[in-house]
Formats: sequence, structure tokens, C-alpha cells
Amino acid sequence: MSNSTPTLQVQNLQTQFFTKAGVVTAVDNVSFNVNRGEVLGLVGESGSGKTVTGFSILGLVDQPGKVTGGKILFKGEDLANYSEDQYRSIRGSRISMVFQDPMMTLNPVLRVDTQMIEAIRAHEKVSKAEAFTRARDALGQVGIPSPEERLRSYPHQFSGGMRQRVAFAIALLNKPDLIIADEPTTALDVTIQAQILFETQKLCRETGTSLVWITHDLTVVAGLADNICVMYAGKIVESGQVDTVLDTPKHPYTEGLIGSVPSRNKRGEPLTQIPGMTPSLLNLPAGCAFRMRCPYAIPICETEPKISRCEDGRLVRCHRVEETLSHG
Amino acid sequence: MADQGIRKPVLELQNLSKKFVKRLDFAGKIAQKLGSNLRDEVVHAVDNVSLTINKGEVVSLVGESGCGKSTLGRMVSGILPQTSGDIFYEGQNIAAQSSEDARRTALKIQMIFQDPFASLNPRLRVRDIIGEAPKYHKLVTGAGLDAYLNDVMLRCGLDPDYKLRYPHQFSGGQRQRIGIARALAVQPDFIVCDEAVAALDVSIQAQVLNLFMQLRGELDLTYLFISHDLGVVEHISDRIVIMYLGRVVESAKTEELFAHPNHPYTQALLREIPRLETRHSDFTPIEGEIPSPLDPPQGCHFHPRCPFASDQCRSEVPILKEVSPGHHSACHLNEGS
Repeated sequence: MSNSTPTLQVQNLQTQFFTKAGVVTAVDNVSFNVNRGEVLGLVGESGSGKTVTGFSILGLVDQPGKVTGGKILFKGEDLANYSEDQYRSIRGSRISMVFQDPMMTLNPVLRVDTQMIEAIRAHEKVSKAEAFTRARDALGQVGIPSPEERLRSYPHQFSGGMRQRVAFAIALLNKPDLIIADEPTTALDVTIQAQILFETQKLCRETGTSLVWITHDLTVVAGLADNICVMYAGKIVESGQVDTVLDTPKHPYTEGLIGSVPSRNKRGEPLTQIPGMTPSLLNLPAGCAFRMRCPYAIPICETEPKISRCEDGRLVRCHRVEETLSHG
Repeated sequence: MADQGIRKPVLELQNLSKKFVKRLDFAGKIAQKLGSNLRDEVVHAVDNVSLTINKGEVVSLVGESGCGKSTLGRMVSGILPQTSGDIFYEGQNIAAQSSEDARRTALKIQMIFQDPFASLNPRLRVRDIIGEAPKYHKLVTGAGLDAYLNDVMLRCGLDPDYKLRYPHQFSGGQRQRIGIARALAVQPDFIVCDEAVAALDVSIQAQVLNLFMQLRGELDLTYLFISHDLGVVEHISDRIVIMYLGRVVESAKTEELFAHPNHPYTQALLREIPRLETRHSDFTPIEGEIPSPLDPPQGCHFHPRCPFASDQCRSEVPILKEVSPGHHSACHLNEGS
């Protein structure tokens, strides 16, 4: 591997929404790296800012939102310097995104081949015939049977799982360096989810594409990701290698999330639960945002915890990282 | 968990079927008269399902979208009429009951829905959402209503001070609690949960599942739990019934099913549950997807996706047979040995 610069570096990213009710900091001081061919799992509950992080990377944050701080380096280049035109030229070709609801991504009144050929020809000067061949190969790659015929179908003629594959095929068309997938399998059945995970994993291994997989489901990330970032109320509270984080979580929130996965609990006994619910981003408690729900909270938690690096290389944002959880 | 030896069946389904028919329109009928092969489109959403649920049991119905699990749940709770077959509640055939008795039974079987946003009337206050049914059915007097609501809301983990609020003022998890409170307000014995935790975040899902289990202990409830999430199902149910394209393909006690899955479909489903313990796994998916219920495959519905399919599977419908005590499976592979 000659290229040592990571595919994506996010440094102290801050995205804010200027609403009537006040300024909401949806993404607060978020940093992570994704290397070539690596899969990063970005995990958090609704409202934790994981989707906005994905949108910020792609420059898709709409009014009243704005990226207000930090750097996003894509293969070493700062995306903040990009004009809207330059952004357009890399979106869909170097970085692509797969969304949760494939029906929203696909244009319902255009045939799949029209949409796919358009996506290729927007970025490259190729003949229609060549673009068609590439579109067909991409559909085949994601496991759609008889791609030649299916190309002539409209999105509504596909089932949900098939549609999501088409969305993945479109994301792959221009052989991007990075794919951002936002809850792509959440709406799908387990069997279809397994198929999509299988295809994605194969592609990352074969083509060296990096992947940011945004999800609320720890179990999906466990099988797929190399690294994991856990987000809570706009901040990353714990990040590191999948095995270290999931086997010995150090942040109480990560511990709580893992505890509430049903298969981790003894059958018939109450699930370990995190009390309370995610606070509103409009009035976060001072200090650690998780302290109201945290079983280990002490007075010092009313001040903002810093990120500390552990010996095993992971980062944890907690005052009590040295002492807590060592017992469990 | 429950000592089912002593407990009596509370709900029995016998050969229950539901067909949805899309009749030909006028032009279609003329075309048919003129010799075209247009026909009514028939979907066998539920095909000849028999099932017994004992008092206090939690039975889970698992399958992919389109397998008929929700339709079955809706027939049990009386929202949809069945096309054929019978539903017995506490030994009585619901269809044969007098209207007075039928109403009483209907109150005893309540349903909790998947989408906590769509299942609550946005223009009613929480007080009316929960209180309307018990008031109408004279389970409480007007004067006692307030105290009754406090009681039900507290039981479901809701603050009674929120009685005058509207649904949009609540988060997803709290709305689901309102849905649960509404079901419990008419003092049911049997609850049908249709994907009741599927739309919730993991930590909220854990809270709601705990609530279900706590209520089961307090009120001696029986659950029919419909879900596609085997992780959740493994945790809470006593018995699991696996459906595929309208038919039951396997049913067994939870431990037994997870330890010795018999049907190839069940085996494939279990292999595909994502688990926290599996890291960097190689996913090995089942081929293909669930076929259209408009035109299901002949013989065993699963044969086009089954790695072990033989000629017999392509032509003959397998029947549900006992493979070990309490464990039923519908697969031709069991017949040879």
C-alpha cells in the first residue's frame, strides 16, 4: 500500500443549525479517520448527529444548518476549500452515499437504466453504450439476477431489498473511494440485510473502497466494521477498534447500548436498560451530556469531560474512564 | 418460564385462512367472456394455519415481510374477518358468539401497533386516547375516570401529568407507551403486538420490552408477539412459530428452536441474525427473496431458495409434523429418516 494518507480525515467537525428556538449543535467536535478499504461504523440513536455527520462530509447540509468548524480532508485535500461545482464533481464519483429509504433516492418516473447512465455520464465522457454496459455490470455486482432485463424496469417494479441494491449499484458506478451508507439496511428483512452486507463486504475487500456505515444497530456493525465510533448528543463518546470497544466498553453509554441488545441478556430476565431518554439538543445539560442517565455520574461530571486516549488506542470521553467499568 | 402443563389454552386457531381477492373490473370481465385468460387476483395471505396459545404464554410469530404474520395478528384481534377456519377464545368459537359475548371477547384481545406515530389520533389528547374505550364500555364511571387513567398511565411508565397533552408532544418510546396504555385500559387478557418495538431505538426498545414483561407478570397477560427480529424474539418468547408465505413452516419452544432448527428456512434465518459476538464475519446469505404471494411456487413454498430441494418439494406441499415432542416442522426431508 503506497498511499499512507487516510481516505477520509474528519477533524473537530462542528455542524450547527440556526433555528428559531436557538442554535442546535448537531455535530460537536467530531474527529475520525477512515483508511483505504476500511469500514467505520458510526453508531448512535436518533438525534445523536450521526446522519448530519454524513451529510456534512458530502456538503449536503441545508439551511438553516451550516458546517461551522473543523476540517474534512478527503485524500488529504480540504473539502472546505471546494466550490459547489467542485463538490458536485466528486459527489457521486469519488464519494457516494446510500440512504435509508431507497424509494427516496431513486426517481420513480425514470427507468433504472436512464438513472444509472445519467450518473455515469455526469462524471465521465463515455458513450451511452459503454455506460449501459457499466450499469449492467454494476447491477450484476450487487447480485441482481438478469441485470440486462432489470435495467429496463422502473423503481416501483423492484422490491425493497432490490431497490436498495440498485441504490448501492448506483453508488458503486464510478468506483468511488468512499461510500457513506446511512442506515441502509434498517428497513429491510434479516435475509435481505444479510445479502446486502455480504455484497458490501465483498466489494470493500475487492476494490479497496472505504465505507462509513451509519446505524443504530450495534449487531450489524459488529460483523462488518473494523473501527467504531459511538455518538451521543452530537459528540463521539467512544471510538476504537470494534473488538476493543464491544468487548470492553469504557464509556457508560456504550456499555448501556451493548447491555440493551436482547441477545446479550439472559432469556426471560429484564434487559439491562439505559434509564431516561436522549436529551433535546436545544438544552443539553452542562458538562457531560450523558450524566443524567449515567449510573456512574459524580459531581465532577457537571464539567465537560475531555477525550482521553487509553493504552489500547481507543478514545473515550468520560471523567471516570480510569476507574469505572473496570469492575465489569 | 410458565408452567404450561397446568395452564389451559386461551386461544386456538383452527385451519385459519385469509384470501385477499382483487376482482376483475368491468373491462376485465368482458375480456374474460371473450376468452382471455384474465382471472381474479387472489393472495393467500394466511394459508391454513392452526395454532394454540396457552394462558400466560408468549408466542412469537416470525417471518419476512409479506409472510402473512400481520394478517394473522389482525384476524386474531378481530380487525380482519377470516376467509375460512375458526378462532376459539377460551374454548368458545368467536364467530358463533352472541353480539354481547363477542364484544366482551373483543375487549379481552387487544392489539399494539408498529408505528407509534400512525396509530394515535393526532387530534385527541392522551386522556381521550386512553380513556375513550373504558368509558364507552362502562368499565369506569365518569367520576372514577381520572383515578383510573392515573393508574393505567403509571403502570405504563407515563407521568399522569401529561394527560392533557397531544401525541406530537411525545417521543417515539413514550408514544408506544401510550399505545400500550390504550390497550391495557380495557383490561385485556390477551395482547397482540405487531412489530411493537421495531420502530424504536435500541435503548428505548429495551425499556419497552421490559415493560411488556413486567406487565405480563402483574396482569397475567398472554402475548402473541409478531416480529421479524429474532434477537428480540429469542429473549422474550416461550414458543416461536416461523411463517413463510402464509404457511407455518416450524414451531417449537424457544430453546429447542434455537438449539435444533429443523426447517431449512429456519436454519437460514438463524444463521443470519447479526450478533454482537460475530466479528468480521463472512456473511452467507440465503439466495433470492420471498416470492410474490400472488403467484407462490408449487409444492413447498421455500423450494426455489432451498439448497436441499428435491422433485418432491417442487410438487407436493409438506405437512406440519412432529419431529420431537412439541417441535413441529413442515419439510419433506424429515420423511426419509
